[in-house]
Amino acid sequence: MSSRDVVLGRLRAALAGGTEPVEVPRDYRHTGTLDLDQLVQRLTDYRAHVHRVAEAAVADTIAGILPPGGTVVVPPGLPPAWLPPTVTALPDDGLDNARIGAADAVVTAAAVAIAQTGTVVLDGSPDQGRRVLSLLPDRHICVVRADQVVATVPEALARLTPHRPLTWISGPSATSDIELIRVEGVHGPRLLHVLLLP
Amino acid sequence: MTRRTFLGMPATAPPGVGHLRGAESFPAAARRGLADPQLRRNLRHATTTIRAKSGGVIAELPDWEQLRAAGAAIKADTLARLPELLEQLEARVTEAGGVVHWAADAVEANRIVTDLVRATGVDRVIKVKSMATQEIGLNEALVAAGITPVETDLAELIVQLGGDRPSHILVPAIHRNRAEIREIFLREMPGVDPTLTDDPTALAAAARRFLRQTFLSTPVAVSGGNFAVAETGTLAVVESEGNGRMCLTLPQTLITVLGVEKVVPTWRDLEVFLQLLPRASTGERMNPYTSMWTGVTPGDGPQAFHLVLLDNGRSAVLADEVGRQALRCIRCSACLNVCPVYERAGGHAYGSVYPGPIGAVLSPQLTGIEDNASLPYASTLCGACYDACPVKINIPELLVHLRAEAVESHRRPTAESIAMAAAAYAMDHPRLYAAGQRAARLSRFAGRRGRGLPPPLNGWTGSRDLPEPPAQTFRDWWADR
Ligand code: SF4
Repeated sequence: MSSRDVVLGRLRAALAGGTEPVEVPRDYRHTGTLDLDQLVQRLTDYRAHVHRVAEAAVADTIAGILPPGGTVVVPPGLPPAWLPPTVTALPDDGLDNARIGAADAVVTAAAVAIAQTGTVVLDGSPDQGRRVLSLLPDRHICVVRADQVVATVPEALARLTPHRPLTWISGPSATSDIELIRVEGVHGPRLLHVLLLP
Repeated sequence: MTRRTFLGMPATAPPGVGHLRGAESFPAAARRGLADPQLRRNLRHATTTIRAKSGGVIAELPDWEQLRAAGAAIKADTLARLPELLEQLEARVTEAGGVVHWAADAVEANRIVTDLVRATGVDRVIKVKSMATQEIGLNEALVAAGITPVETDLAELIVQLGGDRPSHILVPAIHRNRAEIREIFLREMPGVDPTLTDDPTALAAAARRFLRQTFLSTPVAVSGGNFAVAETGTLAVVESEGNGRMCLTLPQTLITVLGVEKVVPTWRDLEVFLQLLPRASTGERMNPYTSMWTGVTPGDGPQAFHLVLLDNGRSAVLADEVGRQALRCIRCSACLNVCPVYERAGGHAYGSVYPGPIGAVLSPQLTGIEDNASLPYASTLCGACYDACPVKINIPELLVHLRAEAVESHRRPTAESIAMAAAAYAMDHPRLYAAGQRAARLSRFAGRRGRGLPPPLNGWTGSRDLPEPPAQTFRDWWADR
């Protein structure tokens, strides 16, 4: 008898007394009023830096965040116009971890953002790239368009595709393991900048 | 209840492996916690802080009660259809390029993981904090096989370097303060700067430096999982630090050990739990990082994924129609943070990786009541845990149910000796005793009469039935005492 048969057999035996079908009540909120100010406030609450800029100002804003001559990891499908000429772009053509980790920042787009929780979600699309890109550099600059923002968690899940690797990000890496004092950047990016486009 | 061992019959977790049984009874172990004023101060600080944060963000949601009801029902539905959902999960994970293994108990799970690591040829693995792997004693099994497991969650690292045991589900090193952590780092962390201060930022930075190289040079990771979606084969891990992302992204091989009860039926169900878990757990609107993956993704992340589905006593819990609800638990730790007994005794007193109210009902069911007979007495039945639980596990009901079972089992220690020990313990602590009496009286009254108490107590009993975030009122009541 395989372990699979043993475990499934045990679970079936455990339920042999019969079970009633369970109705799941779904009368919680599914949608909400979209409030971009709320997204800004909740991201800021998580100590993310939020910049509300027009798309034409993305490159200038990024130039202001990074030191001149800084290096930026770039997913393959990122709009080139977002990058300022003052930085060195490292397009991800299979960059190794050492080079990714040594970069000053990564710039990505996002798949969805959730106003009520202050969350951005990356789904590995070409303008967001592999998961490692937003993990190793110290700064993550994430560009979000207003039409990617939803109010609630249910709205976000409805827009996402489960078969892509998904990374939900709410503020920078943080720990509260030492006397419950919040410390940013214990493993992942120490700084999160969100550029919110109209 | 006798231990059932027939193949294909529900079975409890085997003794001699893993961490579900303490060396001594709860009252005996609790004495040490009660005698340690530093521990109690740390715990009190932690539980009050988390309670306040959690209460604040729960109050923001007008539909908290609806979410709780949905969460409880999704889990009840899952448990009622567990075999078919697991088969569905297996099929979806396999289609997506993963390999599914089934483990009847801790011994088998440890062997599967050890063999998988051995097959990769490495002698070190990085680990994401996981209750399931602690439960089965995976680290000890790996060490015995010559493989070094490195815990990468800061608190787990502190516990591991300190040669210690976790004392809280969420903040495992809460029993340690900054000065103790500094000493542990100076003593145990290779290459640490000897001028390290006890500033939490400096301590976290030391851990970051220590672990970065390990993350980048270890090709195998072991994780647990918070949720697994049967419909899609998607696994989800929620965390704060980013060590989870490191382990789930950088290695070539990922091995995830998952209790069979962690499955949820549909993708959409995550919309409920991703709202319940962070708010009940850390008191955040959303935890800093959530990772979701389905099988393997070519060119991104681990290219080999193994999912180990673990029974280890869960079938025995499922077989008990009353006790079954303990398997709804999403390990948020809210029940620990409201429990007056936990706050005083500390997590180590429970002798199991599952401390606090949920531990008091889950551990004895996983091991069989005779091996953890004193745990159902580690409670005043005040009901705060039930109010706080985001999936509405009726822990007081379960405690009473298990006490009856403990009495019937007539095994060591005898029911009488436990009852006496529990009473002696409470009587040593008059405030606790009084609180327990009062709360037990109130909850009995509330149970019989519903919302029948006169003001000002009707706020409390009323909240047990419906409106507003119910944990709130009890917590306020408790805080005001
Ligand atoms: S029993 Fe409920 S409150 Fe306690 S850890 Fe589990 S889900 Fe959270």
